[in-house]
Amino acid sequence: MSSLKTYLTERRQDKDCLIMTHVVCGYPSFEDNWKELEIMQQFDVDMVELQFPFSEPSADGPLFVKANQAAIDSGVTVADCFEFMQKVTAHFSFKVIMMGYYNTVFKTGQEIFLQKLADAGAAGFILPDLPVDEAQELYQIGTQLDLAPIVLMTPTNTDERLAKLAESADGFIYTVARRGVTGSQTEMDNEVATFVGRCRQATDLPLAVGFGVSEKKDIDFIAKHADIAVIGTAALRAWEEGKEAALNAFFKKLLA
Amino acid sequence: MNLFDFTDGREGYYGEYGGTFLPEILHTTIEELKLEFRKAKEDPAFWQEFLQLMQSYSGRPTPVSYLENLSKKLGGAQIYVKREDLNHTGSHKINNVMGQGLLVKRMGKTRIIAETGAGQHGYATATMGARFGFDTKIYMGAHDVARQRPNVFWMENMGAEVVAVTDGQQTLKDAINECLRDWVTNMDNTHYVLGTACGPHPFPEMVSWFQSIIGKEARQQMLDNAGGLPDRIFACVGGGSNAMGLFQGFLDDEAVELVGCEAGGLGEGKGNHASRLAYKDASVGVAQGMKTYFLQNDDGNMLETHSVAAGLDYIGVNPVLVHLWEKERVRFEAVTDDEVTEALKMAMLTEGIIPALESAHGFAQAIKEAATMKPSERVLINMSGRGDKDIFTIADALGDEHWKRFIAQKADEYKAEKEG
Repeated sequence: MSSLKTYLTERRQDKDCLIMTHVVCGYPSFEDNWKELEIMQQFDVDMVELQFPFSEPSADGPLFVKANQAAIDSGVTVADCFEFMQKVTAHFSFKVIMMGYYNTVFKTGQEIFLQKLADAGAAGFILPDLPVDEAQELYQIGTQLDLAPIVLMTPTNTDERLAKLAESADGFIYTVARRGVTGSQTEMDNEVATFVGRCRQATDLPLAVGFGVSEKKDIDFIAKHADIAVIGTAALRAWEEGKEAALNAFFKKLLA
Repeated sequence: MNLFDFTDGREGYYGEYGGTFLPEILHTTIEELKLEFRKAKEDPAFWQEFLQLMQSYSGRPTPVSYLENLSKKLGGAQIYVKREDLNHTGSHKINNVMGQGLLVKRMGKTRIIAETGAGQHGYATATMGARFGFDTKIYMGAHDVARQRPNVFWMENMGAEVVAVTDGQQTLKDAINECLRDWVTNMDNTHYVLGTACGPHPFPEMVSWFQSIIGKEARQQMLDNAGGLPDRIFACVGGGSNAMGLFQGFLDDEAVELVGCEAGGLGEGKGNHASRLAYKDASVGVAQGMKTYFLQNDDGNMLETHSVAAGLDYIGVNPVLVHLWEKERVRFEAVTDDEVTEALKMAMLTEGIIPALESAHGFAQAIKEAATMKPSERVLINMSGRGDKDIFTIADALGDEHWKRFIAQKADEYKAEKEG
């Protein structure tokens, strides 16, 4: 079992709903990222995804597409992301997950990339364009380094497929509450509850619910049905609207 | 050689290239597509239905023309051309599109989406959507919309919605990303009509299969009308669908040399061109659903590409062709923008044919090589599309003053109409 799973299971005993937030490395800048993370720490978030920008972010919605492109245009490199991650894990107490696209890993070399990730203090990695069928070697290396491979479960998967996904997963499961890209609105309804229930049947790992969480009622819903709420686009939108003040107000309202 | 027999390897892999790299949410959709495609491929009635449709709707078989004037002028090999430009909508793209359309009907889906670069694939898809009654949306890089307005005009007039994609470099790869985003949302009723032999399995195989009609016809036509097989065959390679289409007809004829002609743009050097294999600026990566050679930097981020031909201006290349290149079955060459313009002029002046800028890459390389070959030898060029659509780009490249004056006059008329 990964230490990430242990960490999350222990935190979950004291909290109704764990929180995972998301930052695109170097967007709008690493200084801004740091300020965002300080606020996230104040609100006691449990995990943060640090996204390594990629030129073809095909699973991301418009806001993150723009963020990825802007970060690359401003010269952010993979080396910068590792350096930043190192600083973050040394300073903050939340766990850090690498999020990005498989080509970033492949081009660096699977073993080298994961070793660097472990050295930078990451607890796991999420690669939304790498299906488990293509990931077995990478996952094995990750497990040896105590880096949890985070697997996505989606409403279109059959129960049989969910069981297969569960076999490869560690740390927690990222359940995709709706179809579509990041940042789209989701009505937290029965359909989602049923889907999360199917995931629960397939695994005993903590369940994170992603895509479109933006309000207090979403958190209440997740607290009831799953373990971890994923806050992505809504937090970046708040930062873009009014930096520290707006992000603070967003979390205050969300986690009231 | 059966490239698509995966019994001894991994399904969807050609050597170490290919694969299915898609978000999990599309797993069920792509499995369904694989299954339907496999059933269709094994059903002889399906290929018959496809052939009949292409005969009655697109004018197949397209002829092979002998370019006697050009052959004499160069004094080398005899030059033949497979006329895919004579298809309905003016390019080979219609072969793949109508085939996928028949598959969409079998799957019972009602909505289609497609990316397009030069606009030929979008144009063909809009045609198919109108003919079969599908709801059609075409994603096209904003940069390409600007340089290929005539195709956009026809797409819109055939009832398709054309979306200008403003992300990234605003070209073909960004349109593909946008299609993937649409597909992950609407996979229940939507089929993604991928236009080239790239992307996740089964697309490289499926598109190659529909395009194989080109090579099947061409081989027989060479035997019947040219007195024998060609010594070398030339096709331009963007994603690689027309090249795969032609080459498959000659794969087992070991004496026939297969030559892929890439966009050399302004010449060697990262960012100047869209040549993945002929120049040495590309490396293996995983993006847009497949593992293949990409023009990318050390971090795995894609480079800017350049070509006078929008349809070749692409970062990646068909994984089957990479495999055949490594096995030294296909040779790759790069042709610069300047060489393309010269070849185009020569084709128009000596033979009265107008190859598309994409296809003119094949002409340029063939002209170069034919001149050094013996008159007893034959070469075959795939004229994948016609150049009428490129009138604005070609007029610019040729610096045609009469055309410029005409456009300026038209602009004045529209301006007066608006103000009047």
